[in-house]
Amino acid sequence: MFAGTLIFALINSFILILLAIGFNLTFGISGVANFAYGALYIMSAYMSWTLLNLLHLPFWASAAISIVFTMIAGAVMYRFVLLRVRGQALSEVIATFGIGLSILELFRYMGLVGFEYTLPVFWNESFMIAGVYVDIQRIAVVVIGLMLVVGLWLFTHFTSTGLAFRGIAQDERTALTFGIDSDRMATLSVSFGAGLAAIAATIIIPLGSIAPNEGYDVLIKALAICIIGGLGSTGGVIVAGFIIGFAERFTDTYIGSHWTMIVSLAAILLVLAIKPSGLFGHQKELEERI
Amino acid sequence: MKKRRERIDRGIKARSEDVYALSSWREMLYLAGPRLLPAAAFLLLPLFLGVYWQKVMISVAVFALLAISWNMLAQTGMISLGQALFFGMGAYVSGILNFYLGIPPWLTIPAATVLGGTLCTLILMPVLRLRGIYFSMVTLIIPLMLVRIIEATKIFGGTEGLSGMTPLPSGLTEVYLVTGVFLGVLFGLRRLMETDYGLVLKGIRDNDRSVTNAGIDIFWFKTQALFIASTIGAFAGAFMTHVYMFVGMPVFALDYSILPIAAAVVGGSGTLAGAALGAVMLVPLSEALRGIGGLRIVMYGLFLVVFIVAIPEGLFDYIQRKYHQMERWVEIDQ
Repeated sequence: MFAGTLIFALINSFILILLAIGFNLTFGISGVANFAYGALYIMSAYMSWTLLNLLHLPFWASAAISIVFTMIAGAVMYRFVLLRVRGQALSEVIATFGIGLSILELFRYMGLVGFEYTLPVFWNESFMIAGVYVDIQRIAVVVIGLMLVVGLWLFTHFTSTGLAFRGIAQDERTALTFGIDSDRMATLSVSFGAGLAAIAATIIIPLGSIAPNEGYDVLIKALAICIIGGLGSTGGVIVAGFIIGFAERFTDTYIGSHWTMIVSLAAILLVLAIKPSGLFGHQKELEERI
Repeated sequence: MKKRRERIDRGIKARSEDVYALSSWREMLYLAGPRLLPAAAFLLLPLFLGVYWQKVMISVAVFALLAISWNMLAQTGMISLGQALFFGMGAYVSGILNFYLGIPPWLTIPAATVLGGTLCTLILMPVLRLRGIYFSMVTLIIPLMLVRIIEATKIFGGTEGLSGMTPLPSGLTEVYLVTGVFLGVLFGLRRLMETDYGLVLKGIRDNDRSVTNAGIDIFWFKTQALFIASTIGAFAGAFMTHVYMFVGMPVFALDYSILPIAAAVVGGSGTLAGAALGAVMLVPLSEALRGIGGLRIVMYGLFLVVFIVAIPEGLFDYIQRKYHQMERWVEIDQ
């Protein structure tokens, strides 16, 4: 029981990290809180499903196409909507929330809900670790999650685009004087964030099914992880992912499944009330509260 | 005979701003018309409408109240993404008072208004110091969390909710109660925001640090603004409990958070009247489009995006500007 909970808590942590990392990337670089994040996640999943089941493309091809398409959607969203309200946090939130709402409710209206709306697992096998069955898909989540985190770290530290990302994150005006086009970088950051959402969907959706409600949950989870870890801090996302991941699994096992969401919501409230910049956020005391 | 065009509002403004020295009925009508006309429409329409459209009017007034409450907070620099908290709190308090204690509606509604407002203020007080997006995220999360808590602990009827509340005496009572409160709140708060008190609140939005610098305790003023706003929201909730004769988890639903924001954004987020105008436009529109079901929320989402990007100041501001720019032909003295 305990070992099993521990293993599933670890896997759950990586699921949360995967869900949050794209939101975190976008916010950390361009300061855009992309409230359409959950909708992009669901959209890419539906797109993969459509390509796979209606056009009968192979799984890897439909996944790749939907990831690229989601990235383009993110870039378009930034170019045509967010660019015009850039810097006004409230307008950004309302605009992205409006987009997300429209996408998710459109899918709900189309009634694409049910167990047949899911993506195939990579390998349909499972094996025993410490007395519990773990399927390969969940192992893949952990492995790919680790790869993405390391990959992102390498990307932001050793490529020119990644360095430009960190440049505009630190100080947009100074970055401009170095010839970094902040609008282009911000477009890319939203686009990359959307792409990461699509990758997360490709890996995580096979564990469950695609449902519009999931979009809101994904957004709340991503928000929870990012707020607790500190908006924009990658280390914070990993630590917060583990905290929430373990807390959720253990409440699920020992208290009851109804309480899992309450635990993460309560954690957000606590962190917001006590230290709004999160555990690892950069301290900007006067911008956050007065 | 040569003529030129002249702005109507110039003379009236000059004479009416400090000393009231209006010289004619026409000038008084020019000032009072836009205020009296909607008020009169709200008071007279219920007499001519059928039961269905009376219900729509109730909806309009309720969402207008929520939008005004949102706007009141927004004008104080607090952007709420969870009006459902105020609405739901009022609804549950009056539901509980009526269901468990059997208190009649004419007592539960005022009690729930004050109690719900106080509860919301107490819940949000610890985070009042948060600014901007951080405050918004807290308000977004609290209603979601309350829903899950009710679901998990099964208190107050759990997922089933409480039903069988005492209804209000008649349809017309319902309409007049809510429109009366709506008009009172709208004009009262507009007046309030014009006073020095309102100036302090607006100052907090514009630059909270300089307000602090002037020796004003902004925390206390924000608490008061929050109390006013949440009381208005709680009234809407308490009232609806008795109209639906039901209270349950849907009162914390996203609709009650989104529609008021949509109304305020469409109507104009800078003015209280704009928020009301937005509700007056959006609610009947959504009733008329009831046939398309879930697509309505898609439409709200798109409305939000289009208005925030293209007309950020909202329709009310636009209409007001055009009204002030009205001109007339006058003869030129030779």
